[in-house]
Amino acid sequence: MLAFDNVTFGYERSRNILDGLSFNVQSGEFISIVGASGSGKSTIFRLVTGLDEPSTGAISLAGNSNGQLLGKVGYMPQQDLLLPWRTILENACLPLEIADVKKKTAHEQVKPLLKEFGLAGTEDKYPGELSGGMKQRVAFLRAVLSGNELLLLDEPFSALDAITKLSMQEWLVNQWEKRKATVLFITHDVEEALFLSDRIFLLKNSPVTSFEEIEVPLPRPRNRSDLHRSDILQLKERLLQALREAVML
Amino acid sequence: MKNASTVLIVIVFLTIWEIGARLIDKSFILPSPIQILLKSWELKEVLLLKHLPITLLIILIGLIISIGLGTAIAIWMSSNAYVRNALYPILIASQMIPVIALAPIFVLWFGYTIWSKVAVTVLITFFPITVNTFDGLSSGNKENEELFLTMGATKKDIFLKYLVPIALPHFFSGLKVAVTLSVIGAAIGEWLGAQAGLGYFSRRMMTQFDGAGVFAPIFILTLIGISLFICVNFIENRMIRWRLKN
Repeated sequence: MLAFDNVTFGYERSRNILDGLSFNVQSGEFISIVGASGSGKSTIFRLVTGLDEPSTGAISLAGNSNGQLLGKVGYMPQQDLLLPWRTILENACLPLEIADVKKKTAHEQVKPLLKEFGLAGTEDKYPGELSGGMKQRVAFLRAVLSGNELLLLDEPFSALDAITKLSMQEWLVNQWEKRKATVLFITHDVEEALFLSDRIFLLKNSPVTSFEEIEVPLPRPRNRSDLHRSDILQLKERLLQALREAVML
Repeated sequence: MKNASTVLIVIVFLTIWEIGARLIDKSFILPSPIQILLKSWELKEVLLLKHLPITLLIILIGLIISIGLGTAIAIWMSSNAYVRNALYPILIASQMIPVIALAPIFVLWFGYTIWSKVAVTVLITFFPITVNTFDGLSSGNKENEELFLTMGATKKDIFLKYLVPIALPHFFSGLKVAVTLSVIGAAIGEWLGAQAGLGYFSRRMMTQFDGAGVFAPIFILTLIGISLFICVNFIENRMIRWRLKN
């Protein structure tokens, strides 16, 4: 689905953030990228969405390595970034409008989805009338509607309260299974990464030359209590230790 | 009623004025509100049919040119950093020019036609529109623009679907200032040389020591200003209804 091949990138010529990074994401996978702040997580996301281009190396999406990435990858940012002057329906329709879908067609396509995403009855409301969790659902729907199987979620739940965060994580897993999407999820919350992902990419060194790839040994559907299994607890401890070391540097 | 206190203040003010004017009893210097109302009524045909249309036309043409010019300059400045750096200081400087002192030049250029008054109106009304619209167009944040880019948006998409909506409330703030200034602009323009119009009429009454006659057209000019403001407010509330919900 997505492959980085020997990608190097830096904002200044002398200091690379990524240096010869290669990795592969299979179609339908749920991958979390975990790293301390400033470790290059966001840079990877900017490269995948096409906002930045690698200095050397290649990024291929669905086997295509020289295409334009902008407009091909669904992106859900940390803040919901909903437009306050648009209703929920209009906000969700934005990517379709940009893709020149007729307004009426777009509305017809999105309305049933609102229901599926647990947003029934909100279509004519404005973002200011919705709770934080609901707004993130709209932002996720908007990312899905960018028409792409690859979704990039950049710490989407970091601004939510603890309880909402838990229920949104479960909601997200459901949506992912239902839509058979491929998800790349940035987080610094180790527990969140363990609960959600098939694999975890751990960023340790700077500049980033490779990830430590960790398979999460949990079957699906998962349960919160699975996180208390002793092998998972050990894994969690190891991840936390690795992050702590990165911070101390 | 939420405007009760406003009404009360106006009534108290007018009452003091009325009593003061009666005590002084020199209506050619200080006419009382009632005298002004009576005079307005007496002159209603001349004022409303002859002079009002002329002044209103100046105001409307001036505002239309200002809106066109102001938003065009604002868009140009917001789209190009060189243009912004070059024009912004000039724009500010243009407001340092004492307009009233400059107005006779317009009479030289445009003669006693409507255009010398329109020029004065434009000169003082385009600034608030330009600056506010420009600030509005610049108030977008990078995150939102990048989100648009990841959806495959073009520059035109970002402009129409993001920058214009965020600039709209700023544009209306500018327009509200501009409509109030437009009345002043038109009146000043007419003082400098005109054969008709409310500003001209007011000045002519001054030369005749007709105090109430000076105030009557000013009273109507004030009403024009208030009406224009209410109009803009109404349009703004219709276009930016979402604000109430957020």
